[in-house]
Amino acid sequence: MSREVIAAGVVPEEAPQPSRWRLLRRSGGFRAGAAIVGFWALAALFGPMLVPWNPFATDPLHALAPPSAAHWFGTDQLGRDIFSRVIAGSRDILTIAPLATLLGTIVGSALGLAGGTLGGAFDFVLGRIIEVLVSLPLIVVALLALVAFGASPATTIVLIGLVFAPLVARTVRAAVLGEIALDYVAAAELCGESRLAIMFVEILPNVLGPVLVEATVRLGYAVFAVASLSFLGFGPGPPSPDWGLAIAENYGVIAGGYWWTVSFDAAATASLVVGVNLLAEALHQALAS
Amino acid sequence: MQDGPAAWLARRISFGLLTLFLLSVVVFAGGQLLPGDVGRAILGPLADPRAVAALDRQLGADRPAVMQYLDWVLGILHGNLGQSLEFRAPVSPFILGALAHSLRLAAVALVMVVPLSIGAGVLAALRRGTLIDRVISLAGLSLTVIPEFVTSILVILLFGVWLRWLPISATWRAGTGLLGQLDHLILPAIPLVVVLFGYIARMARAGTVEALEADYTRTAILKGLSGAVVIRRHVLRNALLPTITVIAAQTSYLVGGLVVVESLFRYQGIGSLILAAAHARDFPMLEAGVLSVGAMTIAVTLLADALTAFLTPAPVPGEGG
Repeated sequence: MSREVIAAGVVPEEAPQPSRWRLLRRSGGFRAGAAIVGFWALAALFGPMLVPWNPFATDPLHALAPPSAAHWFGTDQLGRDIFSRVIAGSRDILTIAPLATLLGTIVGSALGLAGGTLGGAFDFVLGRIIEVLVSLPLIVVALLALVAFGASPATTIVLIGLVFAPLVARTVRAAVLGEIALDYVAAAELCGESRLAIMFVEILPNVLGPVLVEATVRLGYAVFAVASLSFLGFGPGPPSPDWGLAIAENYGVIAGGYWWTVSFDAAATASLVVGVNLLAEALHQALAS
Repeated sequence: MQDGPAAWLARRISFGLLTLFLLSVVVFAGGQLLPGDVGRAILGPLADPRAVAALDRQLGADRPAVMQYLDWVLGILHGNLGQSLEFRAPVSPFILGALAHSLRLAAVALVMVVPLSIGAGVLAALRRGTLIDRVISLAGLSLTVIPEFVTSILVILLFGVWLRWLPISATWRAGTGLLGQLDHLILPAIPLVVVLFGYIARMARAGTVEALEADYTRTAILKGLSGAVVIRRHVLRNALLPTITVIAAQTSYLVGGLVVVESLFRYQGIGSLILAAAHARDFPMLEAGVLSVGAMTIAVTLLADALTAFLTPAPVPGEGG
């Protein structure tokens, strides 16, 4: 425990045990992460209604215009307003990555809870599956599956979710094993509660912390993978304002000095992943303290 | 687990082989799921169905999946990785050539990242709690999570377009000397360095902190050894051992990065080969690429485990390594 706190580079505070939530709110990383992720979540929900230009409207006469008062982030090769596209472009990634994470967390938690009661065989099988999964980068597994099943947002969601499930299960099972020896579980058993009830009613609420941390960490990986996939051409197709796609489309012209065609999309992607990971780190610390 | 190092190693190797077997099944199953049959994929949508059936028979694509799998595995064991649908040629030369290119790029990245991240991690641990420590930790945490294509864009703009220090393409003219090739490889290596830096630095820092707090360090200091000697002989030696495993564990991230970076910088490596095969739906090439990458990762992990076990004087850890 202490090693993890140290590893994360934060000096343990001397305060007399404030509640975890208050600890979390005081942490600068949590605030910054929540602000960034909150901003993009709002952009994904309401952005397309608020942006100054139609993100899809082309204007060939003003193509590749540098940032100006009219076009804050400039225009792309088709004369589309980049500011409007960056705001609207948050929608795809903020739909696919969270859904994939949700799927992985639900399936993984169920597996982990079930595995808490099963013994060595479960461990062995889970361990082998995880070894196969970690022997390949997520991007490569995704390419394989997207070619085999055909590229679509649904395939991406299911695939990432299924890859995450065993990793979530490992964490949840470890947390379950920490709980199962405690008195309240024995008490519930004495009261005649069923195995299933003990798992989901008694133990699950007590391992929600680790589940939440794991889910946030996974969300960071999901955003990373989904963004990379759309850059590689396995995400939304044109004319979507998706960030990865926009960078792939305009990457060819940056040698000509048109830096604004990719920089803002790159910054948006970077801010989202860093935001999610700041949240994950803050949650991890709050739980570890 | 009370077995000796030899038994432990034997078990690790058998687990590695089992993982490799499972991987091959998954990869093969992916090929079986491909819509349409092989003959159709080669001959195209307008071909006579009888021709398709004949080609399927000729290629053995009409036999049960288990038989095809066994054939495929036996072929691989004989060095035949299959036949590319796109190039109508054996895939092995493509894979080997691409792997050699990728190893060169990966080596440049590792030569840059290993000293940098270990140095930063040790420095952070020695200056624990100071501003330097916080900056290194925060930089590591943030840089690691940024996708390679984002960092690539940044370094291309900065060093390639504005400063014009380095070429923005990783492809060099034939006959370019080693140093000239290096010029082309530094820029693509930087995004890989950025992604790998954070985790290695973090683990090096954690290992150093642990070693600094250990009893043997206190004993060494009380014995009157100078600070530099204590750090070199007692702290670093113990702290950096786990870092071997950590670096090995990054292999799969490295390969993931290669897919993106090689495509962006137009470098003919295994990553861009896999991506091109995926775009062309050239499944035999894709299968061979994925399998070779997976096999290499498993081998590197195993090697690191064995090395760590060999270098650790204490009893070997049981599981999980």
